[in-house]
Amino acid sequence: MIEILNVSKNFGDKKAVSDLSFNVVEGEILGFLGPNGAGKSTTMNIITGYLSASSGTAKIDGIDILDNPTEAKRKIGFLPEIPPLYPEMTVKEYLSFIYDLKDCRFPREQHLKEICDVVKIGDVYKRMIKNLSKGYRQRVGIAQALIGNPKVLIFDEPTIGLDPKQIIEIRNLIKMLGREHTVILSTHILPEVQAVCDRIVVINKGKLVANEKTEDLILAVEGSRKLVAKIVGPEADVLKMLKATGGVRYAEILGKRDTDSISYLIESEDKVDVRKSLFYSLAKNGWPLVGLEGMELNLEDIFIRLIDKEKNEQGKRKRGLKQG
Amino acid sequence: MIAIYKRELKAYFLTPIGYIFCGMYLAVSGLAFADTTLLEQSTSSLPTYFLYMMAIFAILIPLLTMKLFAEDRKSRTEQVLLTAPVSLTGMIMGKYFAALTVFAATFLVNSFNFVLLFQYGSPNTASIFSNILGLFLIGCAFIAIGAFLSALTENQLIAAVTSIGSIAAILVVSFVADKIGVQWVRVVLKWFSIINRYAPFTNQQLDITAIVYFFSLSAVFLFLTVRVYEKRRWS
Repeated sequence: MIEILNVSKNFGDKKAVSDLSFNVVEGEILGFLGPNGAGKSTTMNIITGYLSASSGTAKIDGIDILDNPTEAKRKIGFLPEIPPLYPEMTVKEYLSFIYDLKDCRFPREQHLKEICDVVKIGDVYKRMIKNLSKGYRQRVGIAQALIGNPKVLIFDEPTIGLDPKQIIEIRNLIKMLGREHTVILSTHILPEVQAVCDRIVVINKGKLVANEKTEDLILAVEGSRKLVAKIVGPEADVLKMLKATGGVRYAEILGKRDTDSISYLIESEDKVDVRKSLFYSLAKNGWPLVGLEGMELNLEDIFIRLIDKEKNEQGKRKRGLKQG
Repeated sequence: MIAIYKRELKAYFLTPIGYIFCGMYLAVSGLAFADTTLLEQSTSSLPTYFLYMMAIFAILIPLLTMKLFAEDRKSRTEQVLLTAPVSLTGMIMGKYFAALTVFAATFLVNSFNFVLLFQYGSPNTASIFSNILGLFLIGCAFIAIGAFLSALTENQLIAAVTSIGSIAAILVVSFVADKIGVQWVRVVLKWFSIINRYAPFTNQQLDITAIVYFFSLSAVFLFLTVRVYEKRRWS
């Protein structure tokens, strides 16, 4: 659906994006992950035709954005980092303007009403945009992208600056939209992509770092998984049993948190899920497991690991060349 | 293009700027008109009125054009315009014609001042019409210049000040040209001078070269505006 081929973009001497290639297949929700300044927005601006790439091509549904920009743009709904809203207009006027701008052929009233229902802005439909809260503005921004029912939706950090409840609502909305559209979602929040995306593309300093299925990527970077388990039972025996469970590399007591249970930190071997065997061993001994949490890796950890991994591989390749 | 035109036109009157432009235009031009015709009790200084109007344009037209592109760029709303299935030329023409419509409507209303003259005497109709046409074309060209300068910045104040300065310079250049000793510089400046081009209209002639000149001036600056956007996309 979306093909990015060897795209580079220079701003003067600075390389914002260099030689980036990836594809998004139809119906997929792609997470576009990277630290601030990695080139996420630049790439999205290139896909949507707001910027032109210094070299390389971007195709939407087989149409090159440079060869036939009008047709390509018709297939895209774009929510930029800052929602492009006119504060002096009402929501109704604004959406009606976008409807005209995109030259839609659907029945106007019905189409706008459907979109308002989807993004839940019906109750502010007649209010001025400058009087809306940030959450509502973001929704109007999403509504704007949905007008014309484009095949591809591109959201640039749609949950930034929202409160936790709004973040969850917007995520669910995007998940729902992903059933009928191909979506690219950029973010620098890891749980967001885990919750929403089928596949993740990670870039750093304008370069592709990873392009993998969400589960694979999480597993690959986590390597050994760290768990915190709350178990009721005799401290020493439980610890001994934990260490003896297959796949566990390391275990330690974190301390008493609740009145009767004790928290343990468990580190598993690479790419092994110990949760099931853990459950059965505890059940056999009659020690109730009252809590089990994965220690979440944050984005910084992932980057450090991914980038280290890449460096190591490069190093290996170089050494390999020398030997060859 | 039509969607952008309609929105821009509406935006002039959703914010005070459209009302300020119309009000100031009618008030100041009314004063100038009264001073040069009614109070003079003759139409002999009508050319002075048209010169006044050009000077008034230098200040008022930037008011109309300063926000055209600078505002969208600052508030990032241009992203929705530039990623919509609309050509660059379409977007720029839509905005240009919106400013032109506000100007033309005010201009038309203001032109009814001349009806008064027929109450008190028998002014030269041909002269009035050719002057009005010339002044209108100059206004169109000034809007294109203002639009171009608005596309260069995201600061509306800078857009306004540079537009006032540029338009004033274009007007003053013909007076300066007379005082320049070097002949070729003088000839070139006079060729470009709007006031020199305007002279035939004062003498009730519809000078085709002048009409073409004013149209080209608008076209060149609109073309440059498109180029500004093209360039920004590539750099």
